[in-house]
Amino acid sequence: MGRDDFTMTATDITRTNGVAASNTTAGQDMAVTPALSISAVSHSYGTRRALIDVDFIVRPASFTALLGLNGAGKSTLFSLVTRLFGIQAGRIAIFGHDIGQAPGEALRLMGVVFQPRTLDLDLSVMQNLRYHAALHGIGRSEARARSDEVLSRIGLSDRAGSKVRDLSGGQMRRLEIARALLHRPKLLLLDEATVGLDVKARADILNHVRRLVAEEGIGVLWATHLFDEIDPNDDLVILHQGRVLARGNVAQVLQDADAHDVNSAFMRLTGTGSLGS
Amino acid sequence: MSITTMNQPRRGFSLAEYTTCLNGIVWREALRFLHQRERFVSALVRPLVWLFIFAAGFRQVLGISIIPPYETYILYEVYIAPGLMVMIQLFNGMQSSLSMVYDREMGNMRTLLVSPLPRWFLLFCKLLAGTAVSLLQVYAFLLIAWFWDIAPPPIGYLTVLPALILSGLMLGALGMLISSGIKQLENFAGVMNFVIFPMFFASSALYPLWRVREGSPMLYYVCQFNPFTHAVELVRFALYDQANWISLAVVAGCTAVFMIGAIFAYDPSRGLARRGPAGGET
Repeated sequence: MGRDDFTMTATDITRTNGVAASNTTAGQDMAVTPALSISAVSHSYGTRRALIDVDFIVRPASFTALLGLNGAGKSTLFSLVTRLFGIQAGRIAIFGHDIGQAPGEALRLMGVVFQPRTLDLDLSVMQNLRYHAALHGIGRSEARARSDEVLSRIGLSDRAGSKVRDLSGGQMRRLEIARALLHRPKLLLLDEATVGLDVKARADILNHVRRLVAEEGIGVLWATHLFDEIDPNDDLVILHQGRVLARGNVAQVLQDADAHDVNSAFMRLTGTGSLGS
Repeated sequence: MSITTMNQPRRGFSLAEYTTCLNGIVWREALRFLHQRERFVSALVRPLVWLFIFAAGFRQVLGISIIPPYETYILYEVYIAPGLMVMIQLFNGMQSSLSMVYDREMGNMRTLLVSPLPRWFLLFCKLLAGTAVSLLQVYAFLLIAWFWDIAPPPIGYLTVLPALILSGLMLGALGMLISSGIKQLENFAGVMNFVIFPMFFASSALYPLWRVREGSPMLYYVCQFNPFTHAVELVRFALYDQANWISLAVVAGCTAVFMIGAIFAYDPSRGLARRGPAGGET
């Protein structure tokens, strides 16, 4: 499948995510390619179905929260989007590039922060960045320049030569985000990026990612089980037991669920207890 | 809502990008190796124990007749040196596969696998990096062995290099293939019992095959079908500036088969996918 198959109109996107496309003129179909398009994706481990007919998009320059309990299927979905697993059913495309058919182009446009730490603890901060740059074919001098840039942006310039194992948990996470941005992706995936961090580190990381959306136009998919990480202006996808129960902007989801906040909307939709914060 | 039209045509990857990626993977493997000094020491101590103790003890027990590529009677230490060189590579290949299992459990493997470059190329780079590390170990062993009067012709140090690269690739690819099928680090002990020891002992590393045939014709055939035997013979002949074409063909063929198998096993639609996300993830 080529990229054109995934090019959607603003109207399509409004229909798919239920998002009000406020800056489009009614009736005008402007060509737009979703940063991430997930269409009818299902996945099973043997007889256990982890994802069932999952369908949503992430718009360019938007923050989309993927909310779900542990076991909802968030990490499985991330593994499919990043091509760690092959797709059993459905389609996934990054800016129109099918992940199965054109993985190189798709992965080039995507940065990922996985739930477990994926830094090499025995290498220095700079060596980790240089390794990542090499894996994306970025030469040494360019890698050095970009590394200096991203380290300065996350306030870790003075730790460039430090071993990663000497960093705090929050610093490691910031470094992972910086690393994911080194090849200048247009889509950033973060899987439970704030797990295990203190309140301040969580807020710092969340603010940093939101700035990336606002200032650099990066599309973000933020998987979380913490409802207080969701902003009223975000897009929201609620994943429960492998199924998408709701999608759209937060206001739309709350209205559809007849709830006054995300927590109660989640409880109503899933029939479960509070996610907690 | 921000409306953006992305017009990014497929552009593939340039030779410079492939080279940068290869350099990066080899560089990281070398850094890891340098950080693990005990790994280097143990990689050397193991064959040296065989050479200094085992071979010295068996020198009087096992007589070696004149067999190619040797042109005179040789000491037992001289006979087992090529076997020990390939043993270093065998352990290194398994060590690399162990680190791949570790990387996969710790999550580091994802950094490699989400690179946009083709996955077969990434695995091949990883294999080359492991082989480069094994060459360092083998030449360090040869240097020490030279002081122990194991001195092949000077040209042999050069002619053995391509043979070592090929045998390193074969054993690395075997390790990679095995690592793709190992679920947890703990299961790696089984590799020692079911791969390393049988491969090493059922080969021509420690005793010439004609001697094996005298003792057990069955074991002789097992040794003949063991790719490790052919890696040892390839290195043995190359160390004395000779070619063993049958061994070359077997080692090259096995390298291709193991490599294809490893690439197949790391295909995202297989192997990993059946197991689900790593522990703790959802």
